[in-house]
Amino acid sequence: MKSPLLRMVNVIKDYPLPKQKLFEKAPVFRALNGINLNISRGTSFGVVGESGCGKSTLARIAMALDRPTAGEVFFENKELFSLLPKELHGLRRNFQMVFQDPYGSLNPRKKVLSIVAEPLDTLSEKLTVKERQERVEKNLEEVGLNKGDIDKFPHEFSGGQRQRIAIARSLITRPSLIVADESVSALDVSVQAQVLNLMMDLQEKYNLAYMFISHDLSVVEYVTDEVAVIYLGKIMEQGKTGDIFQHPLHPYTKTLLAAVPSIDPTQQRQRSVRSDGVDAEAPSGGCPFQPRCPDATEICREKHPLLETKGNQLVACHHV
Amino acid sequence: MTLLKIENLTVSINTAQGPIDIIKQIDFQMETGEKLGIVGESGCGKSITALAIMSLLPERSVISGNITLNGENLLALSPAQMCKVRGNQIGMIFQEPMTALNPVKTIGNQIAESLHLHLGLRKKEVQDRVCQLMENVGLPRQRFPLGLYPHQLSGGQRQRVMIAMAIACEPDLLIADEPTTALDVTVQEQILDLILELADRSGMGLIIISHDLGVIAQTTEKILVMYTGNMFETGPTTEVFKHMAHPYTQGLFSAIPKTGISTRSDRTRLYTIPGQVPEIHIKFKGCSFADRCSRVLAECRSQVPPTVDLGNHHQAWCFNPLERT
Repeated sequence: MKSPLLRMVNVIKDYPLPKQKLFEKAPVFRALNGINLNISRGTSFGVVGESGCGKSTLARIAMALDRPTAGEVFFENKELFSLLPKELHGLRRNFQMVFQDPYGSLNPRKKVLSIVAEPLDTLSEKLTVKERQERVEKNLEEVGLNKGDIDKFPHEFSGGQRQRIAIARSLITRPSLIVADESVSALDVSVQAQVLNLMMDLQEKYNLAYMFISHDLSVVEYVTDEVAVIYLGKIMEQGKTGDIFQHPLHPYTKTLLAAVPSIDPTQQRQRSVRSDGVDAEAPSGGCPFQPRCPDATEICREKHPLLETKGNQLVACHHV
Repeated sequence: MTLLKIENLTVSINTAQGPIDIIKQIDFQMETGEKLGIVGESGCGKSITALAIMSLLPERSVISGNITLNGENLLALSPAQMCKVRGNQIGMIFQEPMTALNPVKTIGNQIAESLHLHLGLRKKEVQDRVCQLMENVGLPRQRFPLGLYPHQLSGGQRQRVMIAMAIACEPDLLIADEPTTALDVTVQEQILDLILELADRSGMGLIIISHDLGVIAQTTEKILVMYTGNMFETGPTTEVFKHMAHPYTQGLFSAIPKTGISTRSDRTRLYTIPGQVPEIHIKFKGCSFADRCSRVLAECRSQVPPTVDLGNHHQAWCFNPLERT
């Protein structure tokens, strides 16, 4: 068994909420609640779930941008949050991020050269002006842009091209892990296909690992080797992508998959009109999905299900 | 009965370099209660078509052709007359529920606005109607008082408020421009079901604009594929999805990641349409898709593609359409 590149052990993240009373302790919102996961070198790990489930918090912790309240995060067997700031800074070149919005993630006042070279400038060894430019040009060509683009501004590019610039920037320090937080969600389907192909090619070439966060299930199914389904900060189901998508066991995974509209118009679903009154807050102690679960029974309200091995995957449900 | 008839609609925008046609000779019609889907990549003119029907285009645009709603030519109306149609006979749901609502007005007041304006109801009647509308879109009054502000609601709840505003005056036509793009799949399912349910109950026509072919497949009866402001293919949704004729339509379908792959070795590269959507100011002598098309012929670059009638109201504009399989 290969040793994992990124390993999270029992990660918990609380965010403080506004105080209700002056001398009371501030209440907290638990964004992540005991996450365990391993990402191996050269593989893609998908994270799916609805907005507010903690996907982006997970990405921020994997990138060491946020400190978890409890738990440990190992990158190449080094615990990120017990390192000295200087050591952590030195490690940062090994993991980079591609953001969701290619319009917001590139500084409109900077040229492509300084945008793409920024990680080099802050994280890498000193390079000469010429070496720096050559590295940027080489990376731009690798993502399908031209050498000559270094003197352009972001507004001169389309959405797909901008996302290619963001990918070139994330690759420039030769990282082994890239966290892609909804990186293709803002793109048209034809452009999305181009960017996904590029990401797959780069993975082959550099043996990259991806943490791929998306709410688009068909993209996750296509890209990833392993997937974790998260609901309110807890992993509900985890396993090989093929197993999860073809034989989902957890009712939440089934709900998510059933909600994807089929592109076959003859396969019409049963329509149901529901009111938007469901509370996201689960009763303490019970299963977080219980208020929305079609199979919920007494035990779901009382006892928290543990993530256990069922067949090929890990599932947290009393009724599987 | 014909609800909406669009004939030869051309929209051009005046720029410093001269006028640019952004919609080119669009023709389609909708029957009462029909559900039409418009698909295409960003910049293909989907939203401009919707804005033209609502007569909400920017000042410097020039519009020609005919837009007829219930036998009345909308382009002949004065701005004041158009105000009476907009929100009353045509309702619209915008894409961004985060920005389309006014953050400093309560949701109750925002839903009530068109009721005051168009129906001239009294205060008590308006309030009853608003409560009923909120109930219809799945926001029961006990949990969602009218005095709430948009920031107190989630994305899906805000989109429900938008829908309540759009259907407040029981329009004959509802236009939904990317109504679920910003939402989770589970919320998307609820919102689409809600829109379809309301449309079926009141018999209003529905135009759904989306780049998500799954959404179009599940909600519409008729489809219109657009590219660079041109119509490329139109027909009954089931027919077009099964026997697509235009290479562009096929390209859009092939770019969707296939489901049902179990290991990485089964994964094939995604099909991509080569090149990118051309810049808006480029004028084409022939077909605007010729440079990206896999089935391009010599005449595609020099002549305007002909209308190919494939029977059953299915039409494509192409010299070399795909064989029917």
